[in-house]
Amino acid sequence: MTAIDARDVAEQGTRSFNGPLVSVLSVAGFLLVWFVAAQLADSRLLPGPGAVLDYIYRETVHGDLLTELGITLWRVVASFVVAMVIGSVIGLAMGQMPGLNRALDPWLIVLLNLPALVIIILAYVWFGLNEAAAIGAVALNKIPNAIVTMREGARALDPGLDEMARAYRLSPLSKLRNVTLPQLQPYFAAASRTGLSLIWKIVLVVELLGRPNGVGFELHLNFQLFNVTAILGYTLAFVAVMLAIEYLLVQPIERHSTRWRNKPV
Amino acid sequence: MNDTRPAGVTSRFEIRIEGKTHFSADGTSLLAISDFVLDVKPESMTVLMGPSGCGKTTLLRIVAGLDDRYTGTVGIPADARIGLMFQEPRLLPWRTVRQNIELVAAPSFSEADLDRLAHAVGIADMLPRYPQELSLGLARRVALARAFATKPDLLLLDEPFVSLDERTADRLRRLLLNVWQERPTTAILVTHNAREAIQLADQLVLLAPRPTHVVAVETIKVPQAERDPKVIDAIHADLLERYPANFSAC
Repeated sequence: MTAIDARDVAEQGTRSFNGPLVSVLSVAGFLLVWFVAAQLADSRLLPGPGAVLDYIYRETVHGDLLTELGITLWRVVASFVVAMVIGSVIGLAMGQMPGLNRALDPWLIVLLNLPALVIIILAYVWFGLNEAAAIGAVALNKIPNAIVTMREGARALDPGLDEMARAYRLSPLSKLRNVTLPQLQPYFAAASRTGLSLIWKIVLVVELLGRPNGVGFELHLNFQLFNVTAILGYTLAFVAVMLAIEYLLVQPIERHSTRWRNKPV
Repeated sequence: MNDTRPAGVTSRFEIRIEGKTHFSADGTSLLAISDFVLDVKPESMTVLMGPSGCGKTTLLRIVAGLDDRYTGTVGIPADARIGLMFQEPRLLPWRTVRQNIELVAAPSFSEADLDRLAHAVGIADMLPRYPQELSLGLARRVALARAFATKPDLLLLDEPFVSLDERTADRLRRLLLNVWQERPTTAILVTHNAREAIQLADQLVLLAPRPTHVVAVETIKVPQAERDPKVIDAIHADLLERYPANFSAC
């Protein structure tokens, strides 16, 4: 088979495996493997998908699952907003001011490499076991990533469009809205994407170490009770929330804001 | 677009650049422009012609107020409205053609003005499209419309038809003349193309490089509308005889 034939076959393969069907099959396959493994193990340390779904249902109707999910989600959103606002401002400033970049760059590297756990422990020790310390600690873990991404965005701004804006005497606000922000949009989207996933993982650690509620707290509680069904139930429920955010919020917004792209000439 | 403009704004512009020095990345300096003096007459087309790399774009950027690191004076009022057409279209890819034009348009620029202008440059069907859907020739038309939409007191054109095939470039030059004659505007165009310069200029300024200075200023009396290929050939032959160094290469 020649290289071209091989590519044709590969292309046909991808074409027939397109669409949402593949995603559904993939999830169904995973559930099947899980089910079989649980049957073979026959242990309360590996409950099957049925038992976990049943737990989620019962906790949703009779228990606190929705409340705990809501509390964790609020912490994710609050940390995300704080981290993205501070990270974007500092990142853009560093991208456009070489002097500031040189001054802050060592601290950026320190912060990037400081383990999340250290920041969380110090935040609790210094500021107490409170909500502000928790959200601040999570945000501080995300800020350096946001800075790095937005700094690249600021460096990639097109000087040609900047000149156009100056030649046509656009007001600073109009320039920001029409020229600068649209160029930063892909960087902001990338920072948000990685940000959300990083933040929700760290929020669970923060809750585990020092909050009296939330998904992380419940996981900690059920870990002490060796209740694996509850651990898997809470995890699955929160993953479902994050998937919903990705598919119902993040992706539609991204499609809307990049609708001008990839139009054939 | 026959609006009334405040008297004085479109009067004579005097450009007097005593010196402009370029600093390259390795720190060496190069005198780019020296003792450049030019009177731009109101409502006329001044064409600066010189070989590539002779500082024409630098000159235009100074006039447009994009570069203030020079010695001298550019007598353009601070409130003068400028329309600038770059070598590349420089449209905002995330805004439609209509939005690109309306973003910079003069406050008095009405929907009827947009309609007339879009028809004049042949982009009426393109208004809801995004720039990436357009060919380079169409994008240049949009850039031209955008420059006129500011109802400029001073129109600056930086090799606006470079890297187009000759037929498209020729059609765009005619469009430029049509729109320009409908609303006479003080305009400065730079080009390295002799025939383009002869086709468009009222006042033809010949430049020499390193440092950029004026060799001669020629006034072309034949109205632009009457300059068919034969007339252009005749003017070209005449200029070639008198300025062989400037015209032999073209």
